[in-house]
Amino acid sequence: MSEQIDEGLRRELQRQGVWVTSMQELYNWGRKNSIWPLQFGLACCAIEMIATAASRYDIARFGGEVFRPSPRQADLMIVAGTVTKKMAPQIVRLYNQMPDPKYVISMGACAISGGPFKEGYNVLKGIDRYIPVDVYIPGCPPRPEALLHAFMELQRKIDDQKLTGANKADHLTAAQPSEFPVPSFGKHDLEPPANPDVFHPPKIERA
Amino acid sequence: MIPDPYLFIVIFIGVALVFPLIPLALAWAWRRFFQPPKPGVEKNAIYECGVESIGEAQIQFRSQYYLYAIIFLIFDVEAIFLVPFAVAFTGLPVGAFIAILVFLFLLIEGLVWAWGKGCLQWER
Ligand code: SF4
Repeated sequence: MSEQIDEGLRRELQRQGVWVTSMQELYNWGRKNSIWPLQFGLACCAIEMIATAASRYDIARFGGEVFRPSPRQADLMIVAGTVTKKMAPQIVRLYNQMPDPKYVISMGACAISGGPFKEGYNVLKGIDRYIPVDVYIPGCPPRPEALLHAFMELQRKIDDQKLTGANKADHLTAAQPSEFPVPSFGKHDLEPPANPDVFHPPKIERA
Repeated sequence: MIPDPYLFIVIFIGVALVFPLIPLALAWAWRRFFQPPKPGVEKNAIYECGVESIGEAQIQFRSQYYLYAIIFLIFDVEAIFLVPFAVAFTGLPVGAFIAILVFLFLLIEGLVWAWGKGCLQWER
């Protein structure tokens, strides 16, 4: 794999017009340059996402312009906007219906934590309570540049994923789940309020 | 020597078979050796828009629906007749005007009749 190719030798060969690559690099190179997002937006952040896809910011430069209306064809879920408790089960279900490998960008304060509506009775306090998030973008709303930055971070992450070995990518490990339990509507809140397998909030120590 | 004119078709069929088979074989090998398949209840669900489907897909529509369709169709056709009449309105003789009024009257009478029969009542 890529660790075994000596960088100096590779550059030397490249100067002679010989390209050396590995299966892993080829695979990741193909994947990271054709990330197809799922076409759905939830609130004001979605407008910024639309702007990112349009001609001025042009996410097509990064290979992400093919917004798919079906989760079956999507690689990336951009949770752009306020996730209400009414919407959360649908989002988890959509995520479950996406084929592996799949990634999630949590866009904006709302998708990260509930944002300005955190104290609201009907707003989910962060989509990472139910599905694993790869990249978070703070902001209210984040500018299109921020989304592009998140996209590039995701590309970097995909590029680093391993095909073999102990810490290979999740979608290549049979034991890693691909579907996560969908919350149901309880009496006052979603049941369960968070998926403990996914949600690991940092502990705040007060002195 | 002239090659057999059908040779091209044989070559074409060969290429047409091999060309799509290569990616399929690659995908199969990828799944076999690298990526374990992870099917699930929701992933295999038929409806794919995040909403759970309720009930059967093979339901029957009530024949009541047919009545609305017929009534709609009649008034749809009426509009087609009225448009040329309205366009040519200023140049028409009195007879034509009366004729279209009779036509309209018949249709409206039909609507009143259907209404009286209770056809416009939505029944479940
Ligand atoms: S983070 Fe701000 S801009 Fe984005 S959806 Fe929430 S309120 Fe709207």
